[in-house]
Amino acid sequence: MQFPVLSVIVFTPIIAGLLILLLPAERKNEVRVVALAAAAFSLILSAWVYFSYNPVAGGYQFVENYNWLPALGISYIVGVDGMNAPLVLLTGVVMFTGVLISWGIDDRPREFFAFLFILASGVFGVFVAQDLFMLFFFYEIAVFPMYLLISIWGWVKTREYAAMKLTLYLFVGSVVSLVGALAMYFNSGLNTFNMLELARVGFSKDFQVFWFPFVFFGFAVLGGIFPFHNWSPDGHVAAPTAVSMFHAGVLMKLGAFAALRVGIMLLPEGAQTWKWLIMGLATVNIVYGAFIAMVQTDFKYVIGFSSVSHMGLVMLGFSTLTRNGLLGAGIQMFSHGVMTALFFAVVGMVYDRAHTREINQLGGFSKKMPLVAVAFIIGGLVSMGMPGLSGFVAEFPIFMGVWQVQPIVAIVAAISIVITAAYIIKIIGKVFFGPMSEDFEHHIGDVTTLDKVALVTLCVIMITLGVYPMVMSPLVASGVQRILSLFGGA
Amino acid sequence: MDIQSFEPSMLLAVLPEILLLTLAGIVLACDALWSEERKRNLGWLTAGGLALIIGISLLVAVPDLQARLVFGGMVQQDWLGFVFKLLFIFGAAITAMFAMDHSELGKRGEFYVLMLISVVGMSLMASAGDLVMLYLAIETTSIPLYILAGFMRKDAKSTESGFKYLLFGALTSTIMLYGFSLLFGLTGSTSLYGLESLFSKIQSVPAAMVVGSLVLILVGFGFKVSVVPFHFWAPDVYEGAPTPVAGFLSTASKAAGFAVLLRVLFIIFTPFALDYWPTILAALAVVTMTLGNLVALTQKNIKRLLAYSSIAHAGYILIGFVSWNVLGMTSVVFYLIAYLLTNLAAFGVATTVSRITGSDDIASYAGLSRRSPALGLVMLVSFLSLAGMPPLGGFIAKIFVFAAAVQAGYIWLAFIGVINSIFGLYYYLTVLKVVYLYRSDNDNQPIPISRPYALALGILSFGIILIGTFFGPWYNWAATAVSSIF
Repeated sequence: MQFPVLSVIVFTPIIAGLLILLLPAERKNEVRVVALAAAAFSLILSAWVYFSYNPVAGGYQFVENYNWLPALGISYIVGVDGMNAPLVLLTGVVMFTGVLISWGIDDRPREFFAFLFILASGVFGVFVAQDLFMLFFFYEIAVFPMYLLISIWGWVKTREYAAMKLTLYLFVGSVVSLVGALAMYFNSGLNTFNMLELARVGFSKDFQVFWFPFVFFGFAVLGGIFPFHNWSPDGHVAAPTAVSMFHAGVLMKLGAFAALRVGIMLLPEGAQTWKWLIMGLATVNIVYGAFIAMVQTDFKYVIGFSSVSHMGLVMLGFSTLTRNGLLGAGIQMFSHGVMTALFFAVVGMVYDRAHTREINQLGGFSKKMPLVAVAFIIGGLVSMGMPGLSGFVAEFPIFMGVWQVQPIVAIVAAISIVITAAYIIKIIGKVFFGPMSEDFEHHIGDVTTLDKVALVTLCVIMITLGVYPMVMSPLVASGVQRILSLFGGA
Repeated sequence: MDIQSFEPSMLLAVLPEILLLTLAGIVLACDALWSEERKRNLGWLTAGGLALIIGISLLVAVPDLQARLVFGGMVQQDWLGFVFKLLFIFGAAITAMFAMDHSELGKRGEFYVLMLISVVGMSLMASAGDLVMLYLAIETTSIPLYILAGFMRKDAKSTESGFKYLLFGALTSTIMLYGFSLLFGLTGSTSLYGLESLFSKIQSVPAAMVVGSLVLILVGFGFKVSVVPFHFWAPDVYEGAPTPVAGFLSTASKAAGFAVLLRVLFIIFTPFALDYWPTILAALAVVTMTLGNLVALTQKNIKRLLAYSSIAHAGYILIGFVSWNVLGMTSVVFYLIAYLLTNLAAFGVATTVSRITGSDDIASYAGLSRRSPALGLVMLVSFLSLAGMPPLGGFIAKIFVFAAAVQAGYIWLAFIGVINSIFGLYYYLTVLKVVYLYRSDNDNQPIPISRPYALALGILSFGIILIGTFFGPWYNWAATAVSSIF
């Protein structure tokens, strides 16, 4: 029997979280060290899984299968394919950098890391799940710690409101999908929640068309799809830095990924019927999100809405149901995850020192924290889709895919690139270069070494992927192949 | 089913009841003999004795898969009764530990004795095979509970609570008894299992008549499980009763009501099943969970909040009944197991906190997670389990119930349940917000947790997580219990 590496990845954070809870509350440094060790361990394992996945062989690898409740056909099945291997790596990266950046949290760090790690376990669990029941199980685990993390450690002004709004939105979405999933389970008559077997059932067209919107949009709420995106900027802004990173970097991918895996892959004919609606909404996401981001005066809201805009690209890629579109969406999930984690990390570093996020009051930070400025510029170029960086690798195939299906949508969506460039350049100009106000001149210093390590890690990943896309695209392509085979091997 | 003549092995069918009465006698004797300082140990004696009874029952009194009717048709020996008996006894053991350090209950032997007697009644309720036995069992359960609810004689609210419970209980039990007598008049039999065959033989009985008398019976059960519109007593009684008693009422007593409902519905209601019951039960389920959840939104007192939440949970459980299939009934039993642990934990935290703060207001929970991180965590586990979050028991239970509804084609009901659980999530989170987020002036004063509380809360939290992760064994137990009636 091979080493159960995926299970170890899934359970390392939660076990570490419980261990942390057992430490005495005042041993804050020990808590942080344990957290960092667990995060590093998860990162190493997820990188190992990512690089030892064999894209030529394709299919699910590292599969583990245990009975959970045989009477109802519930099993614990995990495995990675080309679609979720990058996301597992992404989670490892964001978890590791998130811990580095949260080093300074001083109010109950024990509880903070414990809840954050429970959330991380839920995220890993969803990404690797091949059983529908298990997917829901971990999905909810990934959602509820968010409430506590935001409401306890969040931004005082809006945290209660934002945390409750976020939790209720996501819970509504997930339970609506749940009913759809149960309908699939009973309709199949197979008495199994195994998604590979459910995918082979071939539900009737009427069934698929009826249930697809419930399942897809239920999950897509977490993916931030218009008009259910409203929780997301509020949540991002209210959350503490590491949680924003997790939230925008990983959790939103969780929604998109589950919508793909449960909605599109199990109900392909439903997806064919509804894809125009998804395409329309995703286009609204992209353009509207970018415009709203441009008019924000709060640094963090800009990034929050830019996430909404970029997640629209993922949904747009899905909606094409073509090889290029799905390939781009798969890479975009990873690329945007790293990029937005970087953005929120930078916002957090600036806010921690300036205690304001009003763009008009900030300025001149490149003098005080040059590395942060460089990192933000790299991230900004990624978000504009500059060639040579990961954003281009992701967005270019998406637009190609859309062009094949509906050129007008491609043109409209491409407008967003210009708007993105506008608001990113505006921020870079004002926050990092403009004149620094007198108040800041004296008491603002550079970021800590740990922060720098986190930023460099994220930047290196984006550049590597941009310069050498082959580290990811064959992998994702093999995953896309499997999705397309569900559509009759298109 | 033939009625067998007496043989000693029949005693195994009532072994838990015999042991419970023995334990009650021992506690009473110790209460008389022990000095005042030692009387706190009565709680350990009761809890330990109950744990021993669970152990002995598991060793020697496990029933066969084939059910049998014993003692002249009075008691049905089957898995359904057995599983519920263990559940009641477990609930009572935990309640005894919660009562130990309660200023008004802990050192009073009669408290433990009354509780044990009501557990005897519940056990018989779960296994009664005859209407007469059923009625006696219900009264044996209820009368000690009336006294327990009003146990704090000097406290006006507790007295009011006991009296209110008595009045409501007496009224509904009279109506139920009227239903029983109508059934007897129509068929000439009081045996539950005899009625089943009589219904099919007697063509002359008008269906409306039978259904009418069954509705009267439903009133009595509806009171026990606090289904709307028979729920009015619950918030007032829970608020006034000593907190451990309120926890016991909302869990063991409610489970007993559902145990009877399971048995009676499927034996004597089944002949009229498809015409009436799913519709009536669906209506009750919708009204119960919606009203419970909506009213709970505005509560300021933790015990009233838990009362309305427990009404809402009765509504979710009814969804399992509506689906009228094996999965539905299994999910009902599973739900009750998970719910009993969860709600006991919630009331346990309320007991522990009010002992120190002297208040049941939700506002007095501010800063709890700073004053006692452990209590905060137990609160988190129990409330998230009530809200239906994994990896906790409440999540699995809710999924099973909704799954049963979807399986039976009641998709609209599943959706209503789902919407309700969102309301539920809101007010559970509101309480957790107070616990984790708000600060109070006493943030630096830790809340001590005495040993029995620590033990009981530890067992419950562990159990909630265990049910939520390794749910296989519990599900199989529930399925076995249900197989004896289906």
